[in-house]
Amino acid sequence: MIPLSHYLIVSAILFAIGTAGVFLRKNLITILLSVEIMLNAVNLTFVAFGRSQGTVDGQIITFFVMTVAAAEAAVGLAIVIGLFRHRESLNPDAFTTLKW
Amino acid sequence: MIALIPLFPLLGFVINASLGRRLPKAVSGGLASLAMLAAFAVSVLIVWQLANLAPSQRVMEQTLYTWIASGDFVLDLTFRVDPLASVMILVITGIGSLIHIYSTAYMHEESDSEYARYFSYLNLFAAFMLVLVLGGNFLVLFIGWEGVGLCSYLLIGFWYEKKSAADAGKKAFIVNRIGDYAFILGTLLIFLRFGTLDFQRIASAVAPLAPESMFGMLSLATLLLFIGATGKSAQIPLYVWLPDAMEGPTPVSALIHAATMVTAGVYMIGRNAVLFSHAPETMGVVAVIGAATALMAGTIGLVQNDIKRVLAYSTVSQLGYMFLAMGVGAFGAGIFHLYTHAFFKACLFLGSGAVIHALHGEQDIRNMGGLKAALPITYWTFLIGSLAIAGVPGLAGFFSKDEILFETFAHGHTILWVIGVLTSLLTATYMFRLVFLTFHGERRQGAVARDVGAIGHDAGAISHDPSAISHQPGAASHLHDAPAAMALALIVLALGSVLAGYVGVPHALGGTNALAAWLEPSFEARSVTTLAGEQVAAPGEPEATPAGEAGAEGNQSLELTLMVVSSLVALLGIGLAAFIWLKRREIADNAARTFHGVYTLLLNKYYVDEIYDAAIVQPIRIVSQEGLWRGVDVHVIDGAVNGTASIVQGGSSLMRRLQTGSVRAYAGSLLIGVVLILGYYLWR
Repeated sequence: MIPLSHYLIVSAILFAIGTAGVFLRKNLITILLSVEIMLNAVNLTFVAFGRSQGTVDGQIITFFVMTVAAAEAAVGLAIVIGLFRHRESLNPDAFTTLKW
Repeated sequence: MIALIPLFPLLGFVINASLGRRLPKAVSGGLASLAMLAAFAVSVLIVWQLANLAPSQRVMEQTLYTWIASGDFVLDLTFRVDPLASVMILVITGIGSLIHIYSTAYMHEESDSEYARYFSYLNLFAAFMLVLVLGGNFLVLFIGWEGVGLCSYLLIGFWYEKKSAADAGKKAFIVNRIGDYAFILGTLLIFLRFGTLDFQRIASAVAPLAPESMFGMLSLATLLLFIGATGKSAQIPLYVWLPDAMEGPTPVSALIHAATMVTAGVYMIGRNAVLFSHAPETMGVVAVIGAATALMAGTIGLVQNDIKRVLAYSTVSQLGYMFLAMGVGAFGAGIFHLYTHAFFKACLFLGSGAVIHALHGEQDIRNMGGLKAALPITYWTFLIGSLAIAGVPGLAGFFSKDEILFETFAHGHTILWVIGVLTSLLTATYMFRLVFLTFHGERRQGAVARDVGAIGHDAGAISHDPSAISHQPGAASHLHDAPAAMALALIVLALGSVLAGYVGVPHALGGTNALAAWLEPSFEARSVTTLAGEQVAAPGEPEATPAGEAGAEGNQSLELTLMVVSSLVALLGIGLAAFIWLKRREIADNAARTFHGVYTLLLNKYYVDEIYDAAIVQPIRIVSQEGLWRGVDVHVIDGAVNGTASIVQGGSSLMRRLQTGSVRAYAGSLLIGVVLILGYYLWR
């Protein structure tokens, strides 16, 4: 039996990787992928807690998260395509006109 | 029933103010006069009823409704007629009616709407004046007090397109405000001390007290009330508005600024006679101010050249007499003079109005002269009025003025008596200077042009038509005497000037002094039914009555002597005027040249207006403009408003830097925020 803390450590590592990706990568699509990694790190935590508590709540929430993530990916990719058509670039630093 | 008296003029005001524009002159003027006559009829009826009561019971009351009821403090809207109020309402409605009738002719050159406006103001004035004298407590009196001030302002500035008239109106209003401020303070003090504002209750509460030997609360309260009276009744130091008030139409000067409104202060002191007689310090001040005003205004009147201004200073001077009487405790004599003065001064003012009317607006007596033949009715009525005011035996002014002088002497104020006699000499002199310069001698059109240099600023105001000199002999032909309505008022008032005094013939002349006896209950604490009057009324009496009755025997010869003295003084004054201005005109001119300093001082009214301007108006203007406007308003108030705006602006220009537009920065701040919040909860 693998203890809960192991799952949580893996989840934390995955979340950190995703966060780092969001902040360090300069490609919008990679950033989106990093967000997915963060989401999945959270999913893993939910499932792990559900298993250790012996309930299905964690798994149910995970399904919700996956559904929302799918929708988010669809909308996000559509926006990325729109942005690319507009500016011929995928670098988020290129899109800073909405400011003071 | 009592409420009807002010209600009739008020109705006249409402109708003329709302519909007057569409009414022809005959209707609006007739309506206003009718309203006054109706009020007069009701007044006569009420006074008749009053006279049928026993002297101690002569008071009629009507409470319309409870105005203020707050805990212990209850204030009713009460009208009360007692002997004092009865004299006042008869004077106001009687003389008021005559002046309304006179005005229908005097103002006929105005357009319909102006004519209606004039009469609506005049009616409103009468309504407020009646409220003032009928009010049963200080607050109702104050309604009238402020109301007549408002009407006075409106009527002085009636020809508001003329700047001097508008300014005079403002001056009157502002100077009166100063007095009213003191009046309100006095009223509040009275309320603090006695817990009521009802005149009778105050009198009953004061009567058992001993007169204040030191300057105390009563003295302060009465002194404040007296300051209010100096504003309304044109005494030193607040008299300056009255001469300027002559910018208004002449009937207004007669009604408001001679016969009624300006006597409100005298009336107010009479109404609170018990209160004032318990504050000897204030009484002293009243007497001295009265005498000083009488003398000062008399000297100014001696050299003024505007017919209405001479009369205005004469009014100030006569009001001084009334306050002198009030101040020495001769309340009856003061009210008596108020009553006779109303007749002869109204007569004189209306006479001067008839002269001005005939001369198409000319007011400078140096341009008059020789009008006796052309204006016989005006001349004779004016002459009677002048004889009355000068105090020639047998006419109204003689009885009242002598009573004042006698009372002053009898109360031991010898210096004030000397001032009074001196003023009486001045009065006779300047009144007959006016008569002789206006009606006697030769007609002098445009005469003023000759001595332009000596006259100073006055000359600029007089429009001078050089062509008038060429047809001087024929000039009298197109003068017209007073029309019927004006003549009626003049004749009735002249009759009044002769006969009005006979209600107060003194005991020394075998009379009964009916008026003094009639008025006496008003100056004593009357038992108020709710306040167990018996023990209250008794101790108050020694103050009010004694001297006159007790030593009557010894005083009669004294009174007769004083009477002879003042009659001689009056005749001397007239003789002096006749000698100087009829026989030897050059004496006056020489005197003016010899005593050039004094003459200029008097001509410029002791420079009081200039002194007030320099000492009060200019400092206030400078403080307001440089301090309050350019300092406080611009820097503090505007500074606070603008400062708030610039702080917000500065803050925002710093804060907006946070909105970089970079998604990554937003995400970073989000992350930091989450970490900080979670960290706080974890390590707490």
